[in-house]
Amino acid sequence: MSTIDPTAPAGAAGSDRPRRRLRSTLRQAAAGRIAVLPLLIFVAVAFGVPALAMAYGAFTTYAPGQPSTYTGGNLSASLEGGYLIALEGSVKLSATAALIATVAGLLLAQAVVTSRFETLRHVVLSASGVLANFGGVPLAFAFVATLGNAGVLTTRLHLTDAGWSLYSFWGLVLVYLYFLVPLMVLSVIPALDGLRRQWREAAQNNGANLVQYWRYVALPVLTPSLLGGFVLLFGSAFAAYATAAAMVGASVPLITLQIADALNGNVSADASNVALAMSLDMVVISVLVMALYLPLQRRSARWLV
Amino acid sequence: MAGVSSTLYDPTTTEQGRSGRRGGRSKRPRPRLGRVAILLIAGLYFIGPLAGSFMFTVDSDPVTGFSWSAYSQIFSVSGLWPALQLSLLLAAATIVLVFLLLIPTVIAIRLGTPRLRSVVEIVCMLPLVVPSIALTSGINILLRWGTDNLASTPFWDTLLAIQNAQFPVILLLAYVVMALPLAFRTLDAGMRALDVRTLLEAAQNNGAGRLRAIVFVVLPNLRGAMLNAGMLTLALVLGEFTVSSILGYTPFAVWIVNGNAAGDGPVTTAVSLVSMVLTWALLLVISVSGGRRSSAAKPA
Repeated sequence: MSTIDPTAPAGAAGSDRPRRRLRSTLRQAAAGRIAVLPLLIFVAVAFGVPALAMAYGAFTTYAPGQPSTYTGGNLSASLEGGYLIALEGSVKLSATAALIATVAGLLLAQAVVTSRFETLRHVVLSASGVLANFGGVPLAFAFVATLGNAGVLTTRLHLTDAGWSLYSFWGLVLVYLYFLVPLMVLSVIPALDGLRRQWREAAQNNGANLVQYWRYVALPVLTPSLLGGFVLLFGSAFAAYATAAAMVGASVPLITLQIADALNGNVSADASNVALAMSLDMVVISVLVMALYLPLQRRSARWLV
Repeated sequence: MAGVSSTLYDPTTTEQGRSGRRGGRSKRPRPRLGRVAILLIAGLYFIGPLAGSFMFTVDSDPVTGFSWSAYSQIFSVSGLWPALQLSLLLAAATIVLVFLLLIPTVIAIRLGTPRLRSVVEIVCMLPLVVPSIALTSGINILLRWGTDNLASTPFWDTLLAIQNAQFPVILLLAYVVMALPLAFRTLDAGMRALDVRTLLEAAQNNGAGRLRAIVFVVLPNLRGAMLNAGMLTLALVLGEFTVSSILGYTPFAVWIVNGNAAGDGPVTTAVSLVSMVLTWALLLVISVSGGRRSSAAKPA
């Protein structure tokens, strides 16, 4: 692990040195591997085993005392009927919320970046760092208390008469934006900082107006960051369960809620293997998200100084 | 998710965008109006639910109107203390285990080969592609399989022990997995800022053994990153709902939801508001003391 072999005397003989160094390097590599070993074993046991069990269960039948048999039935069941509607509902909700959050986050970040008040920038960035890590039960409760059926604003402004319901698709979108917009602000601010003053000046010198500058200079440079941010937000919204579970029950079909229902035995006893198949569907989509996100992030890093 | 590196923010790059306007034609009035509108809407949206839930908690009594009773009941409402205790216990154990696993790792990959680094990076990213609910379904099927098949084997006691309701080891394992990506990024970023090789050489030239050098020289330099990683893990465990609710345990977040369903609306909302404010204060301490952002969301 260390570069220096502590047992070696400081002025070792010259001819000895290369061999010592080689031995020291070898020992260092071995020590490095040993130091990493507990982590690898832990991940293999605590993550690898459940993940493999999930994948295996998605392709097999399970009944106590009987040998399990391979089947594609779970996966095909997870992609039809109510389960398919839930998957589509999750994708639609995540895509809608992520799209709105991308636009709103860009506007907010631009407003902050071009502001002359240094304090504003610090406040927004600190708050974003906090809110982006925030989701789940307390978030759901805050919205229920404010805009739910008995919420403070709902009762005072008689929003229910106006057709408002928090427990709907758009209600959930509104809640999800609470952690997605800050996440977008954090993702896009480095890119906005990377837009150089000279580019704007060059565009203006060539007679471009503000719209043309954004259309032909700024947005193309920002595109990888914005797309990467969108994909990241999509992944966050897609995997979210607690917020929806604490809020809506089942009035909006979401794949995470369906999996939980099936696991809790609320549907039927043999639904748990379908739950595993749905989990596998989710993993496939998450892998796609990562496969899109990582190259985009690398691409956007190119413009950032 | 994986946004940590993209969300790092360096205050030194702030000057560019702002001074840009000086050279060009001044288009102040319109952008500024738009900016004020955007900031106002954002402010309303982000403060609204907090103000709303505060009003909800103090305004619950239809006769007397304003009342603090929801907050005074926090100390007497049943089940809160055991649930909070379980959450805090799990959080402490998770933080300890995360440190034990990750600190030797980040030191080793700082000194080791690039290949070792990429292996570790990939391993620590893996939990990101399996959403926590999918991980839960895997754990769930394993436990069911164990219950059905291990009854007459020596493993039965182990199976019961890891599901002990006083201290569910199975939750601890899941939480460590979920905390890995963020904790790794945070600790690794802290480690990269150090010249570990020189620190170790200096310590060893002064006669310290390797272990001593790491404990007394490297770790103290890493405490900022350790604080960040610890706080983020604490926030994650205190708010965790997915795994624990499905596996049937009652830590803090699950208690809040159950209590609300049982009709303790204002009290649970008050508890949730208090917990939220405390968590924010915690995270705010990090983002202010750290000076830069090392956070990415993986809402449960």
